[in-house]
Amino acid sequence: WEWAGRQDYNLLVIGGGSGGLACAKEAAQLGMKVAVVDYVEPSPRGTRWGLGGTCVNVGCIPKKLIHQAALLGGMIRDAPHYGWDVAQPVLHDWRKMAEAVQNYVKSLNWGHRVQLQDRKVKYFNIKASFVNEHTICGVTKGGKETLLSAEHIVIATGGRPRYPTHIEGALEYGITSDDIFWLKESPGKTLVVGASYVALECAGFLTGLGLDTTVMMRSIPLRGFDQQMSSLVTAYMASQGTRFLKHCTPSRVQKLPDGQLQVTWEDLTSGKENMGTFSTVLWAIGRIPETRSLNLENAGINTNPNSQKILVDAQEATSVPHIYAIGDVAEGRPELTPTAIMAGKLLARRLYGQSLDVMDYSNVPTTVFTPLEYGCVGLSEEEAMARHGEEHVEVYHAYYKPLEFTVAERDASQCYIKMVCLRKPPQLVLGLHFLGPNAGEVTQGFALGIKCGASYEQVMRTVGIHPTCAEEVAKLRISKRSGLDPTVTGCG
Amino acid sequence: MGCGKSKERRAAARPQSEAHGRGGRGRDSSAKVHPPSPPLPEHPAGSTNARVLDPRARLRACIDSHPVVILSKSTCERCAEVKKLFKSMCVPYFLLELDQAEDAGGLERALSELTSETDVPVVFVKRRKIGGHGPTLKAYQEGTLQKLLKMNGSEGLPESYDYDLIIVGGGSGGLAAAKEAAKYDKKILVLDFVTPTPHGTRWGLGGTCVNVGCIPKKLMHQAALLGQAVQDSRNYGWKIEETVKHDWDKMTEAVQNYIGSLNWGYRVALRERKVTYENAYGQFVGPHRIKATNNKGKEKIYTAEKFLIATGERPRYLGIPGDKEFCISSDDLFSLPYCPGKTLVVGASYVALECAGFLAGIGLDVTVMVRSILLRGFDQDMANKIGEHMEEHGVKFIKQFIPIKVEQIEAGTPGRLRVVAQSTSGGETIEGEYNTVLLAIGRDACTRKLGLETVGVKINDKTGKIPVTDEEQTNVPYIYAIGDILEGKLELTPVAIQAGRLLAQRLYAGSNIKCDYENVPTTVFTPLEYGACGLSEEKAVEKFGEENIEVYHSYFWPLEWTIPSRDNNKCYAKIICNIKDNERVVGFHVLGPNAGEVTQGFAAALKCGLTKMQLDSTIGIHPVCAEVFTTLSVTKRSGGSILQAGCG
Repeated sequence: WEWAGRQDYNLLVIGGGSGGLACAKEAAQLGMKVAVVDYVEPSPRGTRWGLGGTCVNVGCIPKKLIHQAALLGGMIRDAPHYGWDVAQPVLHDWRKMAEAVQNYVKSLNWGHRVQLQDRKVKYFNIKASFVNEHTICGVTKGGKETLLSAEHIVIATGGRPRYPTHIEGALEYGITSDDIFWLKESPGKTLVVGASYVALECAGFLTGLGLDTTVMMRSIPLRGFDQQMSSLVTAYMASQGTRFLKHCTPSRVQKLPDGQLQVTWEDLTSGKENMGTFSTVLWAIGRIPETRSLNLENAGINTNPNSQKILVDAQEATSVPHIYAIGDVAEGRPELTPTAIMAGKLLARRLYGQSLDVMDYSNVPTTVFTPLEYGCVGLSEEEAMARHGEEHVEVYHAYYKPLEFTVAERDASQCYIKMVCLRKPPQLVLGLHFLGPNAGEVTQGFALGIKCGASYEQVMRTVGIHPTCAEEVAKLRISKRSGLDPTVTGCG
Repeated sequence: MGCGKSKERRAAARPQSEAHGRGGRGRDSSAKVHPPSPPLPEHPAGSTNARVLDPRARLRACIDSHPVVILSKSTCERCAEVKKLFKSMCVPYFLLELDQAEDAGGLERALSELTSETDVPVVFVKRRKIGGHGPTLKAYQEGTLQKLLKMNGSEGLPESYDYDLIIVGGGSGGLAAAKEAAKYDKKILVLDFVTPTPHGTRWGLGGTCVNVGCIPKKLMHQAALLGQAVQDSRNYGWKIEETVKHDWDKMTEAVQNYIGSLNWGYRVALRERKVTYENAYGQFVGPHRIKATNNKGKEKIYTAEKFLIATGERPRYLGIPGDKEFCISSDDLFSLPYCPGKTLVVGASYVALECAGFLAGIGLDVTVMVRSILLRGFDQDMANKIGEHMEEHGVKFIKQFIPIKVEQIEAGTPGRLRVVAQSTSGGETIEGEYNTVLLAIGRDACTRKLGLETVGVKINDKTGKIPVTDEEQTNVPYIYAIGDILEGKLELTPVAIQAGRLLAQRLYAGSNIKCDYENVPTTVFTPLEYGACGLSEEKAVEKFGEENIEVYHSYFWPLEWTIPSRDNNKCYAKIICNIKDNERVVGFHVLGPNAGEVTQGFAAALKCGLTKMQLDSTIGIHPVCAEVFTTLSVTKRSGGSILQAGCG
């Protein structure tokens, strides 16, 4: 088979999510002939969506909007303290919210279509699999096949939620984050299984909307994140009414005649079996990369047999030099929209724009949109200790009270900030962890500071903005080592 | 803060000659009075018997026969400063004005022969040459001068003071300095006194920020934001009634209760740290001496080694008929016992716009009367965007008018007022009726009734502000000043706090870290919040030249606003880069929700020398507003479109 002269495209991108679209648009702007193939396999519940990938359809966007709906519920409760005459309690209409969120997401789907068109990127709604290292075969919903070939191929197919298929009834009766945002009716009393950020975020907003919500977790919350912060995140959720079943693992889901779901689980501590009834069971136990239907072996692309993710080098190249992988599907990459976008853009610029810039995956900031938001960048306390040794690490911390909480008489027990630094002057900042309102907004700028090599001293020399929560970061003076009370009192 | 209009001026400025050397003899005072020192006013040398001696012998005789000698010239500024220093220490000295003495030329020659000094002043203490202006000040700052004077048994310097440090003004800066200094076992007194407003409003310890500034305004801003949130919540599925009313009394009561707890907290914090606090008005009555007058008129005199002035500012009045009788200021608004109703806000300061913003936000009819531009000193592009947004949200603006008369139509809570205003361009006058007129035309430093002239602290006559060194020292070495009263510095709580803390550390903990007034971030809490750090576009153009700066900008639409579908292309991000310095970011500006939270971290990054390239290579946090700064690609110069369509 001779490929020379037979490619249809300079670049073929498999997967129309954040990373794929960014890469495609950038390459097109550099004058390349580009195609994007995207296909959403319906979820086991039958949920499907449009162009844009996880973030837009079943991730960041709908999740943040529903999180906002939940936050507004809190603000409605605050409002009377601030003089607003709002009769309590105020009820929530899931249907109305879901419709608004779904309409917005659909407008984004449309926007992505238009953007591709504007930049003359060819879009195919087909399911792709490799024929050989330059060719893919795409199948439409109706079963029609198309062959596409290209000089460079980028795999950006992302991941999908994992089902615990070994659990009886899990697949038949459970839903995942692929479905929750597209439900037309309220999920009602919900069991969220898992302790990932997806699990905690979903449980958080469901509780905030007034639903009876339970989280079942086998071991620790937010694995990979700073564990002190993680436990504060769940403590706040518990104070807001989310129930937690810790050290428990489900064994069976059965549908009762009235349509309710009966879940049986094992309490790993006592070894006892328990049962409970829920309207909805949401699995949030992790995600698996979308690599299985790609026939990667036809092109000779290597994957990690355990994770099934595609192995890549610093240039995002797979074991086949002209085939690349970016985003959640690539081994060892943070599963975050902005990293995928930047990786996609930089890859296109390296391929077609004479750029040499490779993606820097260190110090990537992120935020977990739990009811009390958690923003972080850099190392967790545990990682810092492991890397540098406890005696070389200084941790500055503070419990603070957001001004807005005072009049609203809100509990701020979990509003906490921690800065992990090297102990040796000038005390380079290794990590920042912020738990409180608007954590994402607060964290972004500091992420940049850390990128610029900020030291503890430099952060302390930054004058605060009064009165904000973020100013507390610039006022962290109590080290953990000192054993002093880190509670901020009053102003100044 | 403990300043402003005192009922009467109790300490008239005494003549300068009396200001040194005299103790507080005969004052009714429970405070300790240090031993009076013999008056020894300066008198030019050149007495009759000097004529017979040659200049060298004259000079030597003079140096030998007086404990402290200053060789000076009557026209020399630096000499005057040295004289003032000795006066401030209550140390009498013998003064030889070379230019006024007989045989001036001979004396000058003799000076250079005897001392190898060619310039004045030259200071001698007990026949030992201290040196000129610089060395003398240095010796004073290092304490060696005082030591030497004491060894001489100088009568002028008090043996001991009542306090190590007296702080005048218990606001953010003063309290921060007090608490920090107390850590080093210093004896500290804080004097704080709130002169009631013309309207009669008074408040507790903590200064402007806590009582009539940042804290109540942010809380009322939050009340207004919650009003918007309640509106938004319907779009998010919350079943809320169509009209939601606001109760002013309930809000102010909650806000005032919180402030009360802060006032109390400050009292407790001072007590815990063994800082003495007096609710009394402080006025200097002599070197190292201050008079404290409480609200019953009882006076006490205290002495201290050092003083810190941190009296802050108070709102300015227009000086037109009816202003003090019928108008209120931000000093009154936050504790107003009745809803202000239809309000005219006069001024375009950030205080004016913030107040107008939250009053409109809680549903009041608000008009802002502006003489010229909005938010003078801030980036004007941003300022105008703020104005436009407020106008779109129902705030009325009357531009280029100033009130000339305010009359009461009807008394009440609120009453009815008639405001007559005149155009700034011509004679056109207009009239309007309002329930409340809020003046927010600026603030004046509380420095004119502190007896500063008594101790010789220089103030800017026009502004009342105090010029200080980069170590917050006034021209009188033992008197320091921080906060809003400083000339050419920023009027911000955290700056005052930082300056106060660092000053205390320098004075008592051997630190040499100075307060850095560069790249201080700030936020204006208008309905659309405005966060800024570094230079405005105007300042950047002025400093680097238009061709040397690159401005990157973009509108953005907060995700949360999409569902209620409001205010698209109103939020705005802008950075200003210095092209010649690797596109280093010299100005950061953001207009949008939570601007303060967004700006803080970027301020830290600016401190670390942030460049555009670093911004570009930083990964955004999705989906937040702040991430817009990691993807700015359109320059203002290019004229490219910055309107937002979708995401990504």
